[in-house]
Amino acid sequence: MNMMSEIRGAGLVERARQVAAIAAKHADAVDKEGRFPHEAVAAMKEARLFGIQIPILLGGEGATIAEIAEICSIIAQECASSAMIFAMHHIKLSSCVSHGTGDEWHEAFMHRIVREQLLLGSATTEAGIGGNLRNSICAIEVDGDICRLTKEASVISYGKYADAILITSRSHKDAASTDQVMTVFLKDQYTLEQTHVWDTLGMRGTCSDGFLFKAEAPSVQILPKPFAEIAAESMLATCHLLWSGVWYGIALNAVTRAQAFVRAAARANPGVTPPGALRLAEATAELHLIKSNTIAGIERFEAAKEDPAQLSSMGFAVAMNNVKIATSQKILSVINQAMMICGIAGYKNGTPYSLGRHLRDAHSAQLMISNDRILSNTATMLTVHKLDTSLMA
Amino acid sequence: MKDKIRELLGKLGGLPVAVDTLADGADLYAAGLSSFASVQLMLGIEDAFDIEFPDHLLNRKSFASIDAIAETVTAILDGQEAA
Repeated sequence: MNMMSEIRGAGLVERARQVAAIAAKHADAVDKEGRFPHEAVAAMKEARLFGIQIPILLGGEGATIAEIAEICSIIAQECASSAMIFAMHHIKLSSCVSHGTGDEWHEAFMHRIVREQLLLGSATTEAGIGGNLRNSICAIEVDGDICRLTKEASVISYGKYADAILITSRSHKDAASTDQVMTVFLKDQYTLEQTHVWDTLGMRGTCSDGFLFKAEAPSVQILPKPFAEIAAESMLATCHLLWSGVWYGIALNAVTRAQAFVRAAARANPGVTPPGALRLAEATAELHLIKSNTIAGIERFEAAKEDPAQLSSMGFAVAMNNVKIATSQKILSVINQAMMICGIAGYKNGTPYSLGRHLRDAHSAQLMISNDRILSNTATMLTVHKLDTSLMA
Repeated sequence: MKDKIRELLGKLGGLPVAVDTLADGADLYAAGLSSFASVQLMLGIEDAFDIEFPDHLLNRKSFASIDAIAETVTAILDGQEAA
């Protein structure tokens, strides 16, 4: 099946390319200054890309995960931070679409996202819990029609710049740490007191500072399903797949730069195969693995989407975990290959072949939900889950 | 069967509450059953009832309550007899 044939018309891709062109102009400054990519995010809003995942009936365009992953990859080829912000927004939005449809407040909220092109942020990490997002210390307090939450959120994706934040907590003060809910809080319903600065190796433009988050809102803004279901049925899969789209875009651009380097060398010395050519061939083979792996994961998700039993099955969770592990590891070796091809021109900043930003951005992939955590989760499941014995199923 | 399941749940479930306080239909995930503990419980049940969970039954729903686990185990045992 050709995934591109499923990308409806040229509309979304064309809009994504316009955003990517703007992101490209500012990518180095965003990285160097560790600043929010205001220009690219404004372009996403201008291109009305923040509401595309929302069903047509709720005012959106009903874009599929394949279409959104394609956009992630297009933007990531120019600016990984911008693409990651776009991906994170759509990961949060997938929870609203999958688990808020049918609920009055959340449906009205989705209409509003389309109308106002609201950017959704994420606060699943908590001081004392780290990246184990299926546990919370903080608890939401429901007092009649009102709910209140205070969370020591050590990372909130682009916290200062989000228009709304989807945040996890225990479902009530006596709840077990795994009995969680997710709540939507709008910008005017919370305060953020900065506690951590996002001064990182890569993905610097996501500005995922840490905050003490305090909020109060109508309790109807709590998503009506347990977070355990949201995580299993929409969030983890969309995370791994959209992130893989971003990572593929980073790796693809690194290889594109390496190819340009080899082509320049070939033109300079006609009749002689440049020394990097063989390595380039090898890098494209690895790149192809990342692509195939991501596409296979997306197809699996699309096939399972209508069936909650499949989405919450171990086989599906193992498959999504494996997509994440493989793509996050593989991009590093591909970018390293590209660096070997471009040599000092790749190592230096400010050349057409510079790869420092790619390499630094790519290093976040193994850490965003740590690969060690994911592997140990898969290892646990493999004590009961049996491997699929067919190639094509 | 439910007594055996309760016994295993008490031993392997790592729940912050006593198993006696849970009704047969109570949501085990809300009671604090973690994904790691749920797998330990699955292994314990496979061993105790001499069964193997087929992949299509390895999902959250099959282990959501003591009732659900009993239904799942019964379905597998019935299937084995029929086979």
